Amino acid sequence: MELSAHLPALIVIIPLLAAPLCVLFDHPRAAWFISLLSAMFCFFAAIGMMQMLLNVDALSYPMGGWLAPLGIELRIDTLGLLLLLILSASASVILFFALHSVEHEIDRRQQPMFYAALMLVLAGLIGITVTGDAFNIFVFLEISSLATYALISMGRDRRALNASFQYLIMGTIGATFILIGIGFMYVMTGTLNIQDLAQRLPEVSDTKAIKAAFAFVTVGLGLKAAMFPLHWWLPNAYAHSPSVVSAFLAATATKVAVYVLIRFLLSLYGVQYSLGALPFDKLLMFLGAVGVLAGSLVAVFQNNIKRILAYSSIAQIGYILLAIGLASQPGITAALLHLFNHALIKGTLFLALGAVSFSMASVRLTELSGFGKAMPLTMAAFVIGGLSLIGVPGTTGFISKWYLVTALLEASLWPLALLVLAASVLALVYIGRVIEVAYYRPLAPERQHKQVPLTMHAGLWVLALSNLYFGFNTELSVGLSSLAVNQLIGFAP
Amino acid sequence: MNEILGHFNYLIVVLLMMMGLYVVIASPNLIKKLIGLSLFQASVFILFITFGKVSGGGPPILSQQLTAYSNPLPHVLILTAIVVGVATTAVGLALIVRVYEAYGTTDEDEIDAMDNADDKPVV
Repeated sequence: MELSAHLPALIVIIPLLAAPLCVLFDHPRAAWFISLLSAMFCFFAAIGMMQMLLNVDALSYPMGGWLAPLGIELRIDTLGLLLLLILSASASVILFFALHSVEHEIDRRQQPMFYAALMLVLAGLIGITVTGDAFNIFVFLEISSLATYALISMGRDRRALNASFQYLIMGTIGATFILIGIGFMYVMTGTLNIQDLAQRLPEVSDTKAIKAAFAFVTVGLGLKAAMFPLHWWLPNAYAHSPSVVSAFLAATATKVAVYVLIRFLLSLYGVQYSLGALPFDKLLMFLGAVGVLAGSLVAVFQNNIKRILAYSSIAQIGYILLAIGLASQPGITAALLHLFNHALIKGTLFLALGAVSFSMASVRLTELSGFGKAMPLTMAAFVIGGLSLIGVPGTTGFISKWYLVTALLEASLWPLALLVLAASVLALVYIGRVIEVAYYRPLAPERQHKQVPLTMHAGLWVLALSNLYFGFNTELSVGLSSLAVNQLIGFAP
Repeated sequence: MNEILGHFNYLIVVLLMMMGLYVVIASPNLIKKLIGLSLFQASVFILFITFGKVSGGGPPILSQQLTAYSNPLPHVLILTAIVVGVATTAVGLALIVRVYEAYGTTDEDEIDAMDNADDKPVV
């Protein structure tokens, strides 16, 4: 086989190997460089696989030459590709930004470990998206989660430790629930391959074991994705972890959990069963709507900007779940589109905040008056991200909201459409509070601030400008999303 | 009666699982929480191993005397899950050590109270 045929395996193996290399070199810059190279490799591998997917529906790679269903299969379809692009692109950009941010925030001796853990998270998340085996999903989920706990605990103050421990408890319960669910499915069907499971599940779908499996898996994934009543771990984890980690987690980790949820609901159980026969669509829509409202409302009253963004993330996950709950083609397209766009938006906002914390040594509104004047370029990027979060035309956020509201109106659920618009107004309020403090308050003349280095600006602005680019040119994002939905639920294109 | 004895393993699994989850939720002590978590995970391991047992079946090694074999795959899965569980416990204990160094206690309520005090804006 040619090298390109091995890309599905290499895209997991390269970051997995980069992790021990970072530790062995034991030099911060060397570790940074290795991580950056492997993240870039993943990005180009994802682009390469996009080319290969032009002709076929899905890339299948038998691990170790053992053919599925006996062997473990890596399988990448359009949905997986969309996630791979999000993961590898945000990892590359955030690593550019990371160089100075990490030097500033992490103890020098811990920096190689930091990059190693970051690579393990990346390898785990990519592994989840490429694998075609249900048990593999659990293993990769735990690889990425364990590394995430370590990353969060490296935050500067002691609250990071408590936040990390809380997440460890919640995350492990979630992952174990997923394990129970997968176990029940294996017992009822005798297979772990997702394609095989999808074929064999309908025969036994009326049994209690399969319904219990469904419940366990969805609750477990809900914990991981910070679905509304299961979101308690998220604000603390995001608020106290190092800036780079908050940006990376916000752009990727919850997205991958939502991806697995979509995979289980649509590819595995099938849309008629999971969102039709069981009343899970109503539940998803209800929890999504409550999440949107509650997350946005709480975000308005926060002082720590990282917390504002964290609660806003809960609201954004709510939008995605609401869209999935519609169980229609436009609804799920809107969900996937928002998955992509929200990664861009939250990546931009958290990176801008990382630059603020680097320069002004604080992310609390009360300690930041007039910071827009001290760092105009960073704040401009924050404003772009903020406008996109609100959904102003010309940004990616508008595209997502447009598709979501259209899908809601198509299902004649206009109260929910109004709720989405009301939540956008709330987003205007909480982003507006930051902008008000940044520009309309006087900057204390004795306020110390550092110059933001070029690598940080480069990473930040690539994301900020892509917010604008994908707001105008939607060919890639909308094209991939609607193609993925067609593959998932088999509507004619 | 046979019904109960036949499901003995499953009953134990449910019992252990509920005990583990209860400790995680109810105990304010971080170490006890972690013990509860391990118990919860262990119950799932037993569940999987019970799945694999075929009544009257022997170990899956080819033999003339046996006609049925137990399913080895759940055991292999659980070997992986045990490794994950050990790693989780290790990370959790390491975090507790750091928490104890930073807060001087492993009681969740006290830690939360200190966190809330830290969250108050500096005047």
